[in-house]
Amino acid sequence: MAMTEQDILEGLGEIIDEVAGVPADQVTPEKTFVDDLDIDSLSMVEIAVAAQDKFGVEIPDDQLKDLKTVQDVIDYVRRAGVTA
Amino acid sequence: MRLTEGQAGARVLAFGGYQPARVVTNDELAQTVDTTDEWIRSRVGIASRRIAGPDETVADMAVQAGGKAMAASGLSPDDIDLVIVATCTPEVQIPNTAATVARRLGIMAPGAYDMNAACAGFCYALANASDAVRTGTARNVLVVGAEKLSQWVDWTDRSTCIIFADGAGAAVVGPVADPADPPGIGPVAWGSDGDLADKIYIKDRNSFIFQEGQAVFRWATTALAPIALAACERAGVDPKELAAFVPHQANLRIVEAIARRLGAPQAVVASDIVTAGNTSSASIPLALSRMIERGEIGSGAPALLVGFGAGMCYAAQVITVP
Repeated sequence: MAMTEQDILEGLGEIIDEVAGVPADQVTPEKTFVDDLDIDSLSMVEIAVAAQDKFGVEIPDDQLKDLKTVQDVIDYVRRAGVTA
Repeated sequence: MRLTEGQAGARVLAFGGYQPARVVTNDELAQTVDTTDEWIRSRVGIASRRIAGPDETVADMAVQAGGKAMAASGLSPDDIDLVIVATCTPEVQIPNTAATVARRLGIMAPGAYDMNAACAGFCYALANASDAVRTGTARNVLVVGAEKLSQWVDWTDRSTCIIFADGAGAAVVGPVADPADPPGIGPVAWGSDGDLADKIYIKDRNSFIFQEGQAVFRWATTALAPIALAACERAGVDPKELAAFVPHQANLRIVEAIARRLGAPQAVVASDIVTAGNTSSASIPLALSRMIERGEIGSGAPALLVGFGAGMCYAAQVITVP
């Protein structure tokens, strides 16, 4: 069963709320992690780890640094989900 | 051939800790490297750390912590017949630290060895000590974790000099008071992952410590919660019953991330790193001795210890707080 963009966004919202304490309703696709959501590189690693548990998609460190916005992560998860 | 007569179980009789006098604050570091108090607190959770004096050695600190643990245990030096010093920063390669420390504490002719499992060293040594008591190859064991990481840190490298520090912690391990008593040191869950050996290392005797922080963070926040849970399961202790969770004080963010996944709502989570920094093999017994001193954890309560570090080596066990 393919995840929709909305599914991934909701899942990410839950993860970011838990890891970084940012309310899920503030996690919208256009937001940047560093500037808009005040999420640092270590929290990004935690988000990647939680995303792997939740979506079954591994995001290695060298890919993680290129994911700047919430939409970037959604796209990454969807692409990886399709090829997996 | 005969075998030694064993004991039903081992326990920790007492802990002791030692920190060097010199306090180094974040603001002080910010005068020499490009960093800030706010950045250090938010990334690693450290407010200040202790650094040994120029002439203060790993053995000096080990003797201080070991002496305190022995005094608190009520045992005399004659009662101890094995000394293990966990360290990855000994002054010299030869002789080992343990024999000298033992002699300076008045422990005559014990078995004595150093062990290097980096920041996991104390938990490895505690497992060895427990097994030695249980099998009867030692009556009582002094276990020390002692480090002088400051001598291996590049004080112009802001990624490491803000983290590593000096100190020592010790435990006296002996048999349970009554053979019918439950053991006070549970089975160890340990292992290593040599694939990641290039993530934390000191290349040679003229080099400083290197750490690939993000990779270590990912490993620690992923691999360790299952190890911690395995230690609980082997001991037959439900994480919900834990009164304390004392992981190696590597980074407060790692400590909190593992704690979140552990499911131990009653447990006091050690945060000694805030004023101690990362003291490698010393961090767990140092944290425990200070938590006991402050009355944060009561005698008889189950505490989960998780050591982890370079190698990557890891070890976890449940103990009963003395």
